[in-house]
Amino acid sequence: MKVIAFISGKGGTGKTSMVASFAKVAAPVVAADCDVDAANLSLLLDGKVEHTERFMAGQKAHINPDLCTGCDLCYERCRFDAIRPVDTLYEIDQLACEGCRVCHQACDFDAVELTDNDAGEVQVLAAATGPVVRAALEPAQSNSGKLVTRVRVLAREESDRHGLDLVLLDGPPGIGCPVHATLADVDLVVVVTEPTPSGEHDLARALDLLRKFGRPAQVIINKADLSLTMTERIHKLTETHGGEVIGELPFVPTVPAALAQRRSLLEDATLRPLLEALWARIQGHPALQAETEPAAAEVMTK
Amino acid sequence: MKVVIASGKGGTGKTLIATNLAWMLAEGGVDTTYVDADVEAPNGHLFLHPTQVTTSRFASPLPTLIGPTCSGCGDCQRFCAFNAILATADKVLVFPELCHSCGGCLDACPDNALEELPRESGTLTVGEAGPIHFRSGHLDVGEPRSTPIIEALLEGTPDTGVVVVDAPPGTSCSAVAAVKGADQVVLVTEPTPFGLHDLELAVDLSRKLGCQPSVIVNRSDLGDAQVRNYLNAESIPVLAEIPFDRDLSSYYAEGVLAAPVHEPLRQALEKTVSKLLNGSIGGKAA
Repeated sequence: MKVIAFISGKGGTGKTSMVASFAKVAAPVVAADCDVDAANLSLLLDGKVEHTERFMAGQKAHINPDLCTGCDLCYERCRFDAIRPVDTLYEIDQLACEGCRVCHQACDFDAVELTDNDAGEVQVLAAATGPVVRAALEPAQSNSGKLVTRVRVLAREESDRHGLDLVLLDGPPGIGCPVHATLADVDLVVVVTEPTPSGEHDLARALDLLRKFGRPAQVIINKADLSLTMTERIHKLTETHGGEVIGELPFVPTVPAALAQRRSLLEDATLRPLLEALWARIQGHPALQAETEPAAAEVMTK
Repeated sequence: MKVVIASGKGGTGKTLIATNLAWMLAEGGVDTTYVDADVEAPNGHLFLHPTQVTTSRFASPLPTLIGPTCSGCGDCQRFCAFNAILATADKVLVFPELCHSCGGCLDACPDNALEELPRESGTLTVGEAGPIHFRSGHLDVGEPRSTPIIEALLEGTPDTGVVVVDAPPGTSCSAVAAVKGADQVVLVTEPTPFGLHDLELAVDLSRKLGCQPSVIVNRSDLGDAQVRNYLNAESIPVLAEIPFDRDLSSYYAEGVLAAPVHEPLRQALEKTVSKLLNGSIGGKAA
């Protein structure tokens, strides 16, 4: 089985609509949405819900007002500003609590209780393109990296269960924890960028991260015709940062309206052949050929 | 006053709005600070071009084994809620990528064998962009945890005049760190199903943190009417609608701040500035 992740550094460059298009070209495949903060893939690849599970992550502290003496021990030790005075006692800000248990350890009166934290939900859908794994982190929760790891594990299980040998991961923006969790066992990474200073700057950081993790990188320049100068610069930058530009897509002003009607980019006469050509380049990458070595050892996931 | 520009979905135009809004405020004589809190993908400097820049390294405390007193009891590993410590008979390994710097392992250790040493994971930048005070944070490539840098960046920002915070996308810990304590949250969205889905989550986040958000609809003429229907139903004020404009995209593509040269954007943001300053919209709960 081979896993391809799509990331971008900068958000909003077109990852999700491309992953949905490639899933349609390559079907049947497993597609998984690793942007658990803002999961949009299933808006384009929808299907019947086959499996739902809660995502429990870490613990949250609570103070029992019957036992709390207001002695300040927990308040002085909490480094996350999660403990606030209420009248003469204390209570815990559930959004700020990171579940470190320092307050529990500090309390001499057994007033701090710990409860398991329900942080979100994971689902498997049966879509026309094959299984789709999606997750929804509750707003203001931490632990997005752990939830991404759960999504990836379920995606692998689905590929085994259905005998599918390809998994597409729609990654989160940025270069931090949830992106690291997405990249843990991928064979190839496609970075989707746009010809703006932001796109260029964040592409450089994404490519540096991939080099650090030892993952091969292909680059797609979306909306390339919006600035030919920047597109040229992105070609050069990709070369010096160890990636490979595999193609460009033009800006098509009707795309947002088409997405609003849940229509695929493949229905656009300009984009379809370009997307098919891009998919051929992705599929032809040496890292996806059967005889290549398995992906580098699993990096630490958060 | 702290005004946070946030979004849920990435790429909706937070940086476009935040940098130009800061310019409009400063141009109108308001003491303005721009803070780039998207430390994973910080882009404000590409448009504001700060000068007189000074940088400092950001470090978090990391527990480290010191001296020979460790008895190998493993209490530190058992205590750590983040699986960041591996204790063997003669060694304590701390995984810095997993450590939250809570300090609990030091309390848990009966041998006083641990001490916290600073560990660097990013850079903080301070400068001046014309009349705008500029601040930003950069997470080092390969580091996972952006939240501590965002918190340090905002804690170090003087609470004078108007502070415009350019938030990271998403609705989890890093977005919370940027939005926390906001007097106004302005959500930048686009009228697509993606925009709507993530807008709903961002509204939820903002309200959970005690602030009634307002919205700017970017590329307002591309897409459909669902975002507007939702905003009406929720009585969320719309500060401005910015239609798609190739000129505006070109300015952005060239790293040019658009408000000084692009009349429609300036007009849209003039309204935004007056609504934010006269206190006629939601904002922080009393």
